Amino acid sequence: MAQMSIIQAVNSALHNMFERDETVVSFGEDAGYYGGVFRCTAGLQEKFGKHRAFDTPLAEGGIMGIAIGMGMNGLRPVAEIQFADYIFPGFDQITNELAKLRYRSGGEYSAPVTIRTPCGGGIKGGHYHSQSPEAYFTHTPGLKVVICSNPYDAKGLLISSIECNDPVIFFEPKRLYNGPFDGDHTAAMVKWDSHPKGEVPEEYYSIPLGKAETIREGNDVTILCYGTMVHVASAAVENNGIDAEIIDLRTLVPLDIDAIEDSVRKTGRCVIVHEAPRTSGFGAELMSLVQERCFWHLEGPIQRVTGWDTPYPHSLEWDYFPSQARIIEAVQATMEE
Amino acid sequence: MHVPVPPHREGGTSFPSPHDIPAGHHAKPAIDCEGAETRDMAYGLVRVLNDDDEAVGDWDPGLDAETLRQALEHMVRIRAYDDRMMKMQRQGRLSFYMKCLGEEAVSVGAAMAMENRDIVIPSYRQQGLLFVRGRSMVDMISHCITNSNDNVKGRQMPVHYSWKEGNFVSISSPVGTQFPQAVGAAMAFAYRGEDSIACSWLGEGTSAQGDFHYGLNFASVYRAPCVLVVVNNQWAISTHRNLAHGGPSFAARGIPYDVASMRVDGQDFLAVYAAHKWATERARAGHGPTLLEMYTYRGDSHSSSDDPSIYRPGNEYDSWPLGDPVDRLKAHLMKLGEWDDERHAALEEQCTKEIIAAYKEAETHGTLKDGPFPSVSTLFEDVYEKEPWHLLEQRGEVGI
Repeated sequence: MAQMSIIQAVNSALHNMFERDETVVSFGEDAGYYGGVFRCTAGLQEKFGKHRAFDTPLAEGGIMGIAIGMGMNGLRPVAEIQFADYIFPGFDQITNELAKLRYRSGGEYSAPVTIRTPCGGGIKGGHYHSQSPEAYFTHTPGLKVVICSNPYDAKGLLISSIECNDPVIFFEPKRLYNGPFDGDHTAAMVKWDSHPKGEVPEEYYSIPLGKAETIREGNDVTILCYGTMVHVASAAVENNGIDAEIIDLRTLVPLDIDAIEDSVRKTGRCVIVHEAPRTSGFGAELMSLVQERCFWHLEGPIQRVTGWDTPYPHSLEWDYFPSQARIIEAVQATMEE
Repeated sequence: MHVPVPPHREGGTSFPSPHDIPAGHHAKPAIDCEGAETRDMAYGLVRVLNDDDEAVGDWDPGLDAETLRQALEHMVRIRAYDDRMMKMQRQGRLSFYMKCLGEEAVSVGAAMAMENRDIVIPSYRQQGLLFVRGRSMVDMISHCITNSNDNVKGRQMPVHYSWKEGNFVSISSPVGTQFPQAVGAAMAFAYRGEDSIACSWLGEGTSAQGDFHYGLNFASVYRAPCVLVVVNNQWAISTHRNLAHGGPSFAARGIPYDVASMRVDGQDFLAVYAAHKWATERARAGHGPTLLEMYTYRGDSHSSSDDPSIYRPGNEYDSWPLGDPVDRLKAHLMKLGEWDDERHAALEEQCTKEIIAAYKEAETHGTLKDGPFPSVSTLFEDVYEKEPWHLLEQRGEVGI
């Protein structure tokens, strides 16, 4: 078993899939020769050739367009959007074309495209290198939406995404690329080396889409989270001695509703945490589902901890980014009689 | 601030400036020429049929009379189909329709110059591709009625055909998205080392979209084996072509991308066929993409939902200096002594009969008024390969 960062785990998944399936190709801005600005596609071009891992013009709409065309004509493209903040020029191709192709053609055509894109904040990236746009895509029927929180999952989930015959948007929280992050930006950087989820097999394996992982069992409150917030919530709970059950959703569409229901029915309380802005965020959907399905088991109001309804700020990043303290406040609020 | 206006609007008399470039003017370049070498044709007009209905010049594809008669038959059948379908729409037996009057040669010439294995990703006015590739009219009509025999299960408005067997990709309403997709499909052929190509169409109004430029740029960069076609039919609903760009030619857009580009008389079947043949062979041989501007005229409304008499001159199509594609091919065949008015009238009658019969048969699978439509159960199918729990649950709410 090797120790890997998320970057190395993503890279390993791509290498495995390139070896197993010659219809898999990877492309994006700086994603060919250079191996991506985060190095996730490093070594692919050198090993497999520039026809399989190549650079593209700087046009996300074009990248999405060619990915769809390749996908409908027998390839399994993995397209990289350099930052999730820049996915919007491709939005029409993703939501009107890619997501609807199978449906609108009566099942005649489909395109098994995986879109990899770094998301989220915590890197002093300001509002154009920090966004978490997952809700736009969870709202579009036909897309699957995946977000990883550690190297082991990153590899297994990415392999499942590439093998999936439906289009998948695969979010990679960039603050977690090189190490887990508990929300304390004043602390020294931690690497994945010492984390159990940093142990990643070199060989092929997959983790099914649509399955959450309960990363901590507990009895008093359920915390639903994904991406970087998994680590912030875990630290908040550990540091404050709370008997919380933490669920890393891993796949937002399709959601693991059974895991959510079982946990909330057990604990009777629910806190939802995400980085994206609150209004119409994915937390709103989670709240609705928990309310609809677990209402009679709830012992307190469901709480949300989210980014504020502002653009993602630069200098005031740590006033925006959901903190351990805010998570604890929300837990306390739902525990009050 | 400058805002361009069309040369004429409703109530006016329009004689759009005819192209004084004679048939046979342009020499045909080698299929491996540089994009820049096509510059004169990008600003000019590739024509084969002259004013005396003769095929002249380098671009004459030299087709035999039987092939020409086939082309004419396809165009006459499409026209009869369109007329019938629009009539049915007016009677309320279709929800919506779009004719391609005046543009029949654009799709027939293209399809006849390609092989069926070549992927086509059209816009909504290339129904001719389906006729040439041999799709059943009953199935086409069933789609337009959205009855139980509609292969896209009633999910799309009429004329949004999909036919995988014929390598005809599902049409979507957002305009222009198909250009970069065609480039991607072409890249997949190149990736596998196959010599099939992809071909896609959009209107001159759509050439203002980013996707048009994404498509051209990506095609140029990867030298994708594709043919990209701008159908310049002068009008995007009520928006005249002079609002779509500030230049004299849409084909000229390809030159700065170093894409071989030419403007073609879209009313001249022989020119359309020859240009597509050249571009297709160029792409197959690995010499890269071609941009074709089909210079044509939208002879009828945009769709069944608009009335062109309130935004453009009523006589424009009759006055179109490049004429009508059916009339011109017919005249050419007659000039060759290979066709006559009797045979033409018989062909028209035969096509109308075929379509009436096909319509009748299609309605045995359901009518717009009474169905049967695709079963409600299909509502939740094909969103994903397998229905996830939330769709199964919603299916349960409907009780299916």
